[in-house]
Amino acid sequence: MVSRFKEALNSGKFVITSEVAPPKGTNLEKMFHHIELLKDKVDAMNVTDHQSSVMRYPSLGGCLAVKERGGEAIMQMTCRDRNRMALEADLLFAYSRGIENVLCLTGDAVPVGDHKEAKGVFDLDSLQLLKAIKQLTAGEDLGGNKLEGAVEFCAGAIVTPEAQPIEPQLIKFEKKVEAGAEFFQTQAIYDLDNFRKFMEYARKLKAKVLAGIVLLSSARMAKYMTENVPGIFVPKNLIDELSAVPKENMLAKGIEIAGRTIAALKKEALCDGVHIMAIGKEEVVPDILAAAGL
Amino acid sequence: MKSITKQKTMEEVEQSLKGLDRIFIIGCGTCTTMTKTGGIDQVAEMKGKLQDLGKRITGTTVIPTACDDMTETAMKENEQFIRNADVILSMACALGVHRMSLNISKPVIPAVDTLFIGVEETPGFFREACAQCGQCLLGETAGVCPITACHKGLVNGPCGGTNNGKCEVDKEKDCAWTLIYNRLKEQGRLELMHRYQPPRNHHISLKPRSVRIQ
Repeated sequence: MVSRFKEALNSGKFVITSEVAPPKGTNLEKMFHHIELLKDKVDAMNVTDHQSSVMRYPSLGGCLAVKERGGEAIMQMTCRDRNRMALEADLLFAYSRGIENVLCLTGDAVPVGDHKEAKGVFDLDSLQLLKAIKQLTAGEDLGGNKLEGAVEFCAGAIVTPEAQPIEPQLIKFEKKVEAGAEFFQTQAIYDLDNFRKFMEYARKLKAKVLAGIVLLSSARMAKYMTENVPGIFVPKNLIDELSAVPKENMLAKGIEIAGRTIAALKKEALCDGVHIMAIGKEEVVPDILAAAGL
Repeated sequence: MKSITKQKTMEEVEQSLKGLDRIFIIGCGTCTTMTKTGGIDQVAEMKGKLQDLGKRITGTTVIPTACDDMTETAMKENEQFIRNADVILSMACALGVHRMSLNISKPVIPAVDTLFIGVEETPGFFREACAQCGQCLLGETAGVCPITACHKGLVNGPCGGTNNGKCEVDKEKDCAWTLIYNRLKEQGRLELMHRYQPPRNHHISLKPRSVRIQ
């Protein structure tokens, strides 16, 4: 069986994914609302896995909620909190419950989150997790034992086109392609000239790439991200554009910028689609899509 | 190579000495002297602080190297003072505590926490260089250990948290994989970084670990 998301990837259409973030706690109403809002507007929804190392309701639980509501889920899976046995077991469970897409991530470091004294596991890394999924698909676990019933996931990974220095990042990207990553979602990109260069290289590797679109909700946020968030570069002209509008209009300007970027990527057929991360402002994802003419 | 330690707070020391009033203090002339956590001066200082708390110090000594067999000799030499003590307060690293405990049944209580085994790269700057993982990768990583130098111990290249050659957990820390990349490039051996490294075996030598040399 091929997942709906994989079908979309293979169809040649411009693929749209977005994300929902599980809550801290058991009140799932807001997450359900975001799922309902987005499920028919995007090809798949990533469900984050304790993003920024902040403990939350699990990605797997969020994926089941997406599935139950008729959406297509991409389970984000980090290597930070589970050893290889726990990762394998969760993959078996996810597959048995109809989750068919996985995004393999190493995961943020524990000390950047809200459980600063917890043990960071990292028994596997993102590349080894990708390979583990291939092995489980072939009907064997990491202990070399035969499975009674295998899995079949569309497994992807991430890449950071603006990483500095870029060369070590690209070597890892190539290793992920070789390991059979079926799609890549990128860290946020804002500079189309830089991204064009990255895509020239990625196209040679035949990697399917969904460009990361992170909504800039204010000039302050844009400035903070470019100065502090690893692998994010917001060009000065965008920060100036945001600064030029009154505070109350900044979000609308951010939506316009995101929409415009997506439209340009699509028009040029620069990549295979986009992954929209609204980070707490999931409500406006439909507005971003409208601004992009989608 | 040094065992890197930091002193416990006096509150912690006081707590662990609760009900133990006669104390013999042992420092170490090697690592804790170097790190100023358990040398002659720190032992004297500790003696003063404990006396201020109303403790009786039956004696003190600083063993040249508290982790080897000199410890037994030094403890024998100080037998009469140790005999009068309820407890030995160790200002050596945990290896010293272990060595002292081999020679005596009285409690040996550490006054320092042992952090890591470090190499002195520049005077006074110690860096953890080896985690004794039993599967040395240094030949493939240009001498930079990804197990100790990368916060996550990643063996297949950098994570997305690397930023201008620094680590996401601390802007002062170098990204191990940027260092590895630069050195491999300099050596003309970048193909090593393209190699897939399989998951690590965490039981290369089964814990608890020991070895008998024939």
